[in-house]
Amino acid sequence: MKELVIVSGKGGTGKTTITASLTALASDLIIADCDVDAPNLHLLLGPDIQFSEEFIESKVAVINPELCTQCGVCESACKFDAISSTFQVDPILCEGCGVCFISCPVNAIEMQERLSGYIYNSKTSYGPMAHALLLPGESNSGKLVTRVRALASKLAEKHERDLILTDGPPGIACAAIATITGASAGLVVTEPTVPAIHDLKRILDLFQHFKIPVMVLINKADLNIRKSEEIADYCQRNDIPIVGQLDYDLKMYEAVVAGLPIVEYAPSNRLSKALKAIWKRVEKQLDAF
Amino acid sequence: MNIAIASGKGGTGKTSVSVNLALSVPGPVQVLDCDADEPNVHTLLPLKTEEIEPVFTMIPEFDEVKCTQSKKCAAFCPNHAIFVGKTGIQFFPELCYGCGGCILSCPNQAIKEGKRQLGVTKSGLTAEGVQVVYGDLNVGEPLVVPVIKAVKNRASKQNRVTVILDCPPGVSCPMVESVHGSDYCLLVTEPTPFGLHDLQLAVDTIRQLEIPIGVVVNRAGIGDKQVYSYCASEQIPILLEIPHSRKIAELFAEGIPFVTQLPEWQPKFERLFRTIQERID
Repeated sequence: MKELVIVSGKGGTGKTTITASLTALASDLIIADCDVDAPNLHLLLGPDIQFSEEFIESKVAVINPELCTQCGVCESACKFDAISSTFQVDPILCEGCGVCFISCPVNAIEMQERLSGYIYNSKTSYGPMAHALLLPGESNSGKLVTRVRALASKLAEKHERDLILTDGPPGIACAAIATITGASAGLVVTEPTVPAIHDLKRILDLFQHFKIPVMVLINKADLNIRKSEEIADYCQRNDIPIVGQLDYDLKMYEAVVAGLPIVEYAPSNRLSKALKAIWKRVEKQLDAF
Repeated sequence: MNIAIASGKGGTGKTSVSVNLALSVPGPVQVLDCDADEPNVHTLLPLKTEEIEPVFTMIPEFDEVKCTQSKKCAAFCPNHAIFVGKTGIQFFPELCYGCGGCILSCPNQAIKEGKRQLGVTKSGLTAEGVQVVYGDLNVGEPLVVPVIKAVKNRASKQNRVTVILDCPPGVSCPMVESVHGSDYCLLVTEPTPFGLHDLQLAVDTIRQLEIPIGVVVNRAGIGDKQVYSYCASEQIPILLEIPHSRKIAELFAEGIPFVTQLPEWQPKFERLFRTIQERID
């Protein structure tokens, strides 16, 4: 079984629109959306939720004002500035570590479980899908990503599928690391802009750090042909295969508004044709890695 | 005055708005790039010189002589970063977020505070006189929030300085940490179902922080009208629309803030700033 993760470093380069099209072009696959704090893939794939599970991973401190003597021990012990001078816990800043709980000399603090999100097991017309939603402001996005990937693996086993296609989060920190560690390969979607190239180099370093093979797709390539060439040169120098380029085309936004992968919305559009060729190269590259 | 620029969805134009606003605000201005895992402000506003400071997180330092293998530290650790076995203590630094509970749990004072470097903050002045501070997380390092805190610690304390915080995408802890404590939050979105979906999540998040919200619609003209009806129904003001423009996208590709080439935009950003100022007052 292979797991291909689609990431970008910089947000908004086109991960989700491209993942949706590759999903429609692939056969016998499991789909996963690991962008758990701002998931969008479901808007294009229309999953039908079969089963949902609460994601309860952390706790939150609650101070009982009737027992609290306002001694201030918890406030100074908390490394996350989550306890105010009036001894209220800010649930947004509280990491749920329990340091206040063990510090309190009068046992006035209770650690309560907190609901941080939901994990969904869904059906789409392209295949089974594992996805999630982190509740606004919650932490632990990395742990939720790990749960989504575990569900995707379970689905792949159950349905005897050989491929998991994963839409990843932006960035290179916690959630991105949780998405790519242990994956078979990565596909980085980039664009020929100064900020995106800066971020591309960092995420390629991240793949190298975890020794995971990676390929690159240049989206909106005609926005700046010189910078697209710069990306191609950089990848060539570092032995990173480029699986193709897509031009900047407003048709992509139309497909998003229609709620469909562009290969379904406009099959004869040039982007759709290019995506079909790209998918063939991605499959070949996945076998070659 | 601290203005946070956030979005939910990535790539909607947070950095572009932050930088163009910084170049249009009258008076001294500082930009804090809180997107420490993929900082981009300095790619649009290059710094003349960089002053670099390391960022550390607290980690436990074990004294194996004093340790009696009570395992109290491992039992406490909420992230399972400590394992006490027959051969001694195993510690997984990347799992530790520095709560200090192990130190408090140890009955033998066998643990003291150590530190581990996560990245750096860099700061300097641009040619235009804008002060920029940005975080630079080490590649492979998952723990980004302490770097964001370190960037925010370098915020100007002078009242006359306008502080603009370019925040990371998403709605989880890095975004919340970045926006927390700001006087106003501008949410940058695009008028598509993706933009709307993530704007709604971002609004729910910022409302928990009780910070006033305004919206910038970027790439106006593409997509549909749902972002507008959502903002109207939630009574969230749309303070600026930036039309979809290939010219603006091309300038961004070159790393050029568009107000410098399209001067008609400077008064629009200045007006945006004045409106925020009035709304805070």
